[in-house]
Amino acid sequence: MKFRIYRYNPEADNAPYMQDYELDMQSGDAMLLDALMLLRQQDDSLGFRKSCREGVCGSDAMNINGRNGLACITPLSSLKQPIEIRPLPGLPVIRDLIVDMTQFFKQYHSIKPYLVNNDPPPETERLQSPKDRAELDGLYECILCACCTTACPSFWWNPDKFVGPSGLLQAYRFLADTRDQDTSARLDNLEDPYRLFRCHTIMNCVDVCPKELNPTEAIGKIKDMMVKRMV
Amino acid sequence: MVNRIVTGAHYGLRDWLGQRVTAAFMALYILALAGWVMWQPAFGYDVWTELFSGNLMRSVSLLFLLSLYYHAWVGVRDIVMDYVKPASVRLLIHVLVILALILYAIWAVQILWGI
Repeated sequence: MKFRIYRYNPEADNAPYMQDYELDMQSGDAMLLDALMLLRQQDDSLGFRKSCREGVCGSDAMNINGRNGLACITPLSSLKQPIEIRPLPGLPVIRDLIVDMTQFFKQYHSIKPYLVNNDPPPETERLQSPKDRAELDGLYECILCACCTTACPSFWWNPDKFVGPSGLLQAYRFLADTRDQDTSARLDNLEDPYRLFRCHTIMNCVDVCPKELNPTEAIGKIKDMMVKRMV
Repeated sequence: MVNRIVTGAHYGLRDWLGQRVTAAFMALYILALAGWVMWQPAFGYDVWTELFSGNLMRSVSLLFLLSLYYHAWVGVRDIVMDYVKPASVRLLIHVLVILALILYAIWAVQILWGI
């Protein structure tokens, strides 16, 4: 199998370059991460992140043949050769396929990704009806891999001001939570021409999400809530 | 002044909603006008001037053009926000675009009431 992989070590290289690799293996049921692990046995300088290797931790997000995805759940058999692998676009490269996620997490933290409830905590737990709980389906599953946010042109142009699809999906996750009491402040926090309204429904986020979530729909629901609040 | 990232200007929703409302109004106007034109048995300069001689048609057409200018303002501003990073240059472009659109509005009144 043939691979072309983005290489860049800021301490040694003047500029990034693409390196060709070959691997003597059949794709079978193997995932791209399996191949990357074998390649690292060939060349131990190849840098990439990985952890759970089953699409839960979100560490091995990368740009695979031009499309963001998780290496651990991308079957090799689904990829055209040479398989071209690059780091997630729009974030600074630390080394090879490893990117600096600081900006991504800064935006995530800015939407207060935790429940705000000033009532005294009950003895057991804050209960929800099954119907209210169902509202969180399609929202809580996000693993923060950054595939969607780094596929979004609005985030490429304004990474410091636009929250990005992942952060906005999480913002709606707490707006939709009946146990949360901070709805108005959360809407105020996003009622800005940059933070939410940079989204122009390009929908790259929906296209690439490895968990098949729909940030565009969540963003639309935030806008609906704002309209409802205003009129 | 410290160079910090500042956000929180509370006009995002207003402009986003305004753009959608103006789009809906423009679509209705264009459909109604196109329908009216197709419905005419003979269509010429005299029919056209007759249509625009009434104050109602002039007012609705002015409303259409003002909708277009507001819609265009939000769209152009969005493009400038994405591509022009220094705030001073952005402000200058915003002012120039607003002045141009106000001029277009005055011009539109002259044209509509000059027929």
